[in-house]
Amino acid sequence: MTDDPRRTPLHDLHLSLGARMVPFAGWEMPVQYPKGVLAEHLHTRAQAGLFDVSHMGQVVITPQDGDMAAAALALESLIPADVLGLAPGRQRYGLFTNDAGGILDDLMFANCGDHFLLVVNAARAEHDIAHMGSLGGVTVTPVTDRGLLALQGPQAAEVLARLVPEAADMRFMDSRILPWKGVDLWVSRSGYTGEDGFEISVPEARLREFAEDLLDRPEVAPIGLGARDSLRLEAGMPLYGHDMDTGVTPAQAGLGWSIPKVRRTGGARAGGFPGAEAVLAELADGPAMIRRGLRPEGRAPIREGVAIFAEPSGGAPIGHVSSGGFGPSVGAPIAMARLPAALPDGATLYAELRGKRLPAAITPLPFITPSYKR
Amino acid sequence: MLKYTEDHEWLRAEGDEIVVGITPHASEQLGDVVFIELPEEGREVEAGDEVVVIESVKAASDISAPISGVITAVNTALADTPGSVNDDPLAAWFFRIRPAQGTSLDGFMDDAAYQALIG
Repeated sequence: MTDDPRRTPLHDLHLSLGARMVPFAGWEMPVQYPKGVLAEHLHTRAQAGLFDVSHMGQVVITPQDGDMAAAALALESLIPADVLGLAPGRQRYGLFTNDAGGILDDLMFANCGDHFLLVVNAARAEHDIAHMGSLGGVTVTPVTDRGLLALQGPQAAEVLARLVPEAADMRFMDSRILPWKGVDLWVSRSGYTGEDGFEISVPEARLREFAEDLLDRPEVAPIGLGARDSLRLEAGMPLYGHDMDTGVTPAQAGLGWSIPKVRRTGGARAGGFPGAEAVLAELADGPAMIRRGLRPEGRAPIREGVAIFAEPSGGAPIGHVSSGGFGPSVGAPIAMARLPAALPDGATLYAELRGKRLPAAITPLPFITPSYKR
Repeated sequence: MLKYTEDHEWLRAEGDEIVVGITPHASEQLGDVVFIELPEEGREVEAGDEVVVIESVKAASDISAPISGVITAVNTALADTPGSVNDDPLAAWFFRIRPAQGTSLDGFMDDAAYQALIG
């Protein structure tokens, strides 16, 4: 792509806050602010962090004749999740699959009463919108006039409630339309950090005002993509294009939990999504390879692509790291890797780094205990 | 009087040895340093050999030997406090090297030239 990267409505604010901007998924995004990644990560876990995630794709799915059940079933033809059973005001996590059972993207979808709101990955938004173009009975509308913020951390609820009191009453994975100074905010209690928090869709014209109102609170610091990555890694959350892609199935990605009984073999609405046969058979039998946590001994991070071996020397790789780095709250390097499902937790494997094999233990995910408000 | 390499190392002559670290500019570009792999003392190196690996929260980077010689000492304290490279990069030295005979630091940048390089 030769196009200039797109800028979010908060571009000038990021620059005024001293952000270092980097290209990311076709956008120019803040990777860190002057505090640095470690401090931003720890601040989010201790107080509250504000993330500009306006690059993510927001898409509204509206039933053409007002029939939400029909729209839910249309989405279920692409997403192996229980969309029909999702109550108004609630949100779920799901996947788009392809005919081979690989993952085209992961997403959040919310039932907003008379429409569904989807949030998809920035790099996949264009693809996903085209993918849904074939759906009958619904109108697919990319949201182009709103930005998206995430406010994450133990003090997120208290801070947001000062601006939007109703937010305090929401539970984890609730999704509501709430008023703020004459405009509608689309608020969900969710996030990508393992902390309690919210994602808030704001009309573009008021986005900066809303963001600055939050940043004026002493508990809130701006957080860049660097800490977003280390926070989600500690929380054991996969990242599309790294821990999963079209070559990885839901079971292999460790995301079988997003496919409920009703869509599995024997369920009332079993199958009926791309690749269903392969996906459901593998869920029933268990995958040979699956996404797992790894804790290297010592302090050297093992990053994406590092080969994993069963023995300290010789042999062929048995897997590879799909995401890895330093976990600031863990205080040590952590990684997620594609590894044989049969190996027990605690097993010692070897990561080959710069020609040396470093011991690393299989560790259950997540690396930190999430603190969602259920 | 410090000298500088194009790889953003600082070099300080002490007796017949050269002390090597990275500049504040390099430290800022790397971001928070979380791991440093140092060479073995006594290792003979050629100029350009990779001798140090620095892992920051973002990526791994190599530091190469600015000159040929023998590594005479390494700053083992960095293993426990890699963040000191960010806190005080001019104090957080990596290794000392005894240059091979006939090595001169004259070809390296002085402070003015280095400041011009990093703009």
